[in-house]
Amino acid sequence: MDLTAKVTGNILICRVKGELDHHTAEEFRDFVDRGLENNPVKHLILDLTHLNFMDSSGIGVLIGRFKKVNLRGGKVAVVNENKQVSRVFEISGIYDIIKSYSSISKAVNDL
Amino acid sequence: MNVKNFMELRIPSKSQNEAFARVATAAFASQLDPTIEELADIKTAVSEAVTNSIIHGYEDCEGIITIKCRMDECGVEIEVKDEGKGIEDVEQARQPLYTSKPELERSGMGFTVMETFMDEVEVHSEKGKGTVVIMRKKFASLAKGQGVSCNEG
Repeated sequence: MDLTAKVTGNILICRVKGELDHHTAEEFRDFVDRGLENNPVKHLILDLTHLNFMDSSGIGVLIGRFKKVNLRGGKVAVVNENKQVSRVFEISGIYDIIKSYSSISKAVNDL
Repeated sequence: MNVKNFMELRIPSKSQNEAFARVATAAFASQLDPTIEELADIKTAVSEAVTNSIIHGYEDCEGIITIKCRMDECGVEIEVKDEGKGIEDVEQARQPLYTSKPELERSGMGFTVMETFMDEVEVHSEKGKGTVVIMRKKFASLAKGQGVSCNEG
């Protein structure tokens, strides 16, 4: 798993590359949580363009991040997830709390 | 099931084997030329079953997970077996959002994902002995192309 982050205004934008499962969930959680703790940000955008695979372990860790961001009054958005990832999102009902966008700029403008 | 081909994998319950297990199973199933979506469904379902064995079956200790895959002219049957602690109440475990480990940020969606992505999911478990998950999936493209009936049980 390859993770990079940048801050734009009050938004933390994380790019997630590789596969998000039980094995990589902890690395993902620690990386995003560090970004949220070390920067004065309110919202979180996850760029999933290069996320090739995700299972329900990813849902658990995403809901955990949603709770953290929600506590500081922010929102979580995902960008450009593939069909497999999108199906797991749909089954779990995560689109009710996390909105999906086709580009980072669209997500930034809407937050 | 008129078995055309089969494979068996034995792996220790290490989390780094989750990716290997799902990719190996999908590679085996790809002989039947399923769609990309059908292969993704298999990968996701296998990932869920193997993860359950690691987290719940064996918890903090290490054991062996056996994955058996059989194929006939219509699709695949995949069995994921552990000899871990077993599930006390299978019906409860299969409920969406149920998790015995909320402190680990588990979503409780594992069985729901398996049931959604596969045609059939059977769970057999005995406390102290282990759990077997058997999943079946028929590939739509095969039933059409070969003139075989893939609809009977």
